Amino acid sequence: MKKDLTIALAGNANVGKSSVFNQLVGFKQIVGNWPGKTVEKLEGKLVHKGIKITIVDLPGIYSLSAYSQEEIIARDYISTEHPDAVINVVDATALERNLFLTLQLIEMGVPLVLSLNFIDEAKRKGLDINIEKLQCILGAPVVPTVASKGAGVKEVIDKAISVALDKKTPESDRIHYGVEIEKRIDKMMMLLEKINVSYPLRWTAIKLLEGDKDLIKLFEKDHPEVVLAARILSEEIEYIHKEPCSIVITSERYALASSIVNDVLTVKEPAKPSLSDRFESFSMHYISGYLFMFFVMLSILVFISSFGGWLTGVIEGFFNSIKPGVDGLWFDLLWNGGMVGFYASLSVALGFILPFYVILGVLEDSGYLPKIAYLMDKPFHSIGLHGKACIPLIVAFGCNVPACAGCRIMENRRDRLIAVVLSTLIPCSARTAVIIGLVGVYVGVEWAILLYIIDFVLIFCIGKILNKLIPGSSVGIIMEMPPYRAPSLTIVLKQTWFRFKPFLIFATPLIIIGSVIIEGMRITGLIEMISDFLSPVTVWWLGLPAFTGFLFIFGVLRKEAALVLLSTVAGSANVRAVMSPLQMIVFALVIMIYIPCIATIAALAREANWRSTFLIAAGEISLAFFIGGVAYRVLDAFI
Amino acid sequence: MPQEDIDEYIEAIYDTAGKDGVAKTSEIAKRLNNAPASVTEAFQRMQRNGLVKYESHKGVSLTKKGLKNALKLKRRHRLLEVFLHKTLHLPVEKIHDQACKMEHTLSDETENALCKNLGGPTECPHGSPIPPCNLDVKNCYECIHDEKSSDNTGKRKREIVNIASLKPGQKARISFIRGGRGVVQRLCDLGLTNGTLISVVRSAPFNGPVEICVRGCKLVIGKGIAMKIFVELVDPK
Repeated sequence: MKKDLTIALAGNANVGKSSVFNQLVGFKQIVGNWPGKTVEKLEGKLVHKGIKITIVDLPGIYSLSAYSQEEIIARDYISTEHPDAVINVVDATALERNLFLTLQLIEMGVPLVLSLNFIDEAKRKGLDINIEKLQCILGAPVVPTVASKGAGVKEVIDKAISVALDKKTPESDRIHYGVEIEKRIDKMMMLLEKINVSYPLRWTAIKLLEGDKDLIKLFEKDHPEVVLAARILSEEIEYIHKEPCSIVITSERYALASSIVNDVLTVKEPAKPSLSDRFESFSMHYISGYLFMFFVMLSILVFISSFGGWLTGVIEGFFNSIKPGVDGLWFDLLWNGGMVGFYASLSVALGFILPFYVILGVLEDSGYLPKIAYLMDKPFHSIGLHGKACIPLIVAFGCNVPACAGCRIMENRRDRLIAVVLSTLIPCSARTAVIIGLVGVYVGVEWAILLYIIDFVLIFCIGKILNKLIPGSSVGIIMEMPPYRAPSLTIVLKQTWFRFKPFLIFATPLIIIGSVIIEGMRITGLIEMISDFLSPVTVWWLGLPAFTGFLFIFGVLRKEAALVLLSTVAGSANVRAVMSPLQMIVFALVIMIYIPCIATIAALAREANWRSTFLIAAGEISLAFFIGGVAYRVLDAFI
Repeated sequence: MPQEDIDEYIEAIYDTAGKDGVAKTSEIAKRLNNAPASVTEAFQRMQRNGLVKYESHKGVSLTKKGLKNALKLKRRHRLLEVFLHKTLHLPVEKIHDQACKMEHTLSDETENALCKNLGGPTECPHGSPIPPCNLDVKNCYECIHDEKSSDNTGKRKREIVNIASLKPGQKARISFIRGGRGVVQRLCDLGLTNGTLISVVRSAPFNGPVEICVRGCKLVIGKGIAMKIFVELVDPK
């Protein structure tokens, strides 16, 4: 009988690990060309040659030193779950840095296969890697791959299965440190042999010498003598090298990686600056870079707003032309409720959300997002964050929910909290649909842009205030800058679908049902009751028609529903009949700020806690109504 | 001319000099409340000692030796400020004047002992960076956890600068990383171990981050951290 296998994927961030994963198990997970997107481990299943295999995609890491959440997840998985094999995805264009992790994986004593990815890019850069020799030095199979095209991936899984079945751990006589360190590792291993250790022996010995906090905590209770011995031995090393033991070992490991690279790598010709390099200089230049970034952002906004507006018109026209000339209670309920709800949510989905995710997919997969992080690092400092925060904030333009989870790439709790709060204030596509679909279409694009500017100013101010309120300071950015890579169409499309699907299957039915309910409430007169109750706020303070009170409550479900339902309440998809331009602006402004939708609230609570979530939501509601009322009074003079 | 006065002049030149390193005589006179004539005289005397370069129509600039002295004074001044504020809990607005007086009498040994006992601070309470010491250590952790007095540690042979002050295209070797163990370990994990060759690719304007190339990869490092990574310049040849 054949055994089921578990194979883990490990590697630095941004080495195409997710591409390998996708090639193996199909496109069920998002891939992006920016560091640190896989924060939790992901699993996928496949059957290869009759063997059931579970593939676990570990987060991208540079080391196993437990510095970040990602590193802890990855090393805990490998050391305690004992996968049958590990596929180490390695970037062939940055062999030295990648081998640093490989050496640590070898120390962990797991069956290992190297997937030498981006081998085509390495060839283009004139880097020639002697794979035979590398295989020999590391004592583990090395397979050249181009994961984005699927080249070599099958061979990787074949090799992984064979090392897993043979339980063949890497054997190498090259991987050792200086005599003074090796001697002490041996001593530690002798001590550890006497006690029952579930972790790999040599790795545990090295980690204890390095003074690894997690492992020390683990041993302190039952085996204090081991911890004491480790401390004495590492102090001896520190005395010899005049440096902390962990730094000594890190340096030696890098020296080892460097000497291996010297043996296997020949640089054929110094690479000429490629087109991608030149574009990199252009897009990171201190003038053209910012202009280009501004241009990109503005084009996205203009494109989406005009495309969304146009498509909304087309869809509306089509459905109006097929509207049967029947009257009656059931018809009102079905057509004015259900059908209008359906086609209005269709125009939001196809006109605004879908194109944004396609564009975001291209930006992500091409590697442009880290460039924005570089350019925006300084401005973000004034709101107590660093450049990496722009990545979740841009994701938030599509939907706030993945953005909240994306804030985990921030290194400390404080940065995470600020980033999470600010990303809930970013106008997501649902809010964009309201702003563009209402203000942009019926009032004018310049007013829609003004709303955006108000929102950005608001985000900046709130960031400043949070920076003052929350103690501590940002750790500063340390980020890898990946090169530009041509985005792959299939990956972009799959990514788009992955993000778009929840909207279609979760939100659309909700909107249709909601529309029917509202139509029913309109007929029964329930809307008036609720709206009357809220009218002191909506009519007196915000100057809006009374029926909007109901929309604000329903908008909590999903914000784009507010626009859709507005059409329902108005009785047609043309809102001009029921609202003045000023009212539309105030309405869109309040919708933009007032409360994150229900899905975002849940995501917020997962990242922060319920108390902060409640505070954030309550704060945003009061802020939105305050600003809406002020805007109503101020803008009155201009319109 | 007493040493204290020379020190004051050096500090004044360091503080008021523009981007080209040249300070105006009139400005220094105003700052130190001296007559321009006596300031000029002092400059001429200091030029004979090889501390400054003085041209009557242009102004005055520090020589390499002068700059070294200036950085040393700044280091002492800001360390004293940290001590007065953090250890003695003096209010921030009082520490500057006090430190100004104390800085001239500090010995090398006291200076380094102060740094060690304060845990190797990187900034003064006003937020200005404290220049690094000239001891031959690889990072602060090593120094702070060393029981011995700093007197037994050798002096650094070559001059070091932080990578934030390098120009694009310049190559250098890592020689000293300042800061807590976590940051040092993180940077080492990313390949910035001692002696590693790096080159600066570009730096963002207005004190933005620096992009460096290390071991064939590109890393973006925020200004705050970049100022704690010190390197020895490597000849372009």
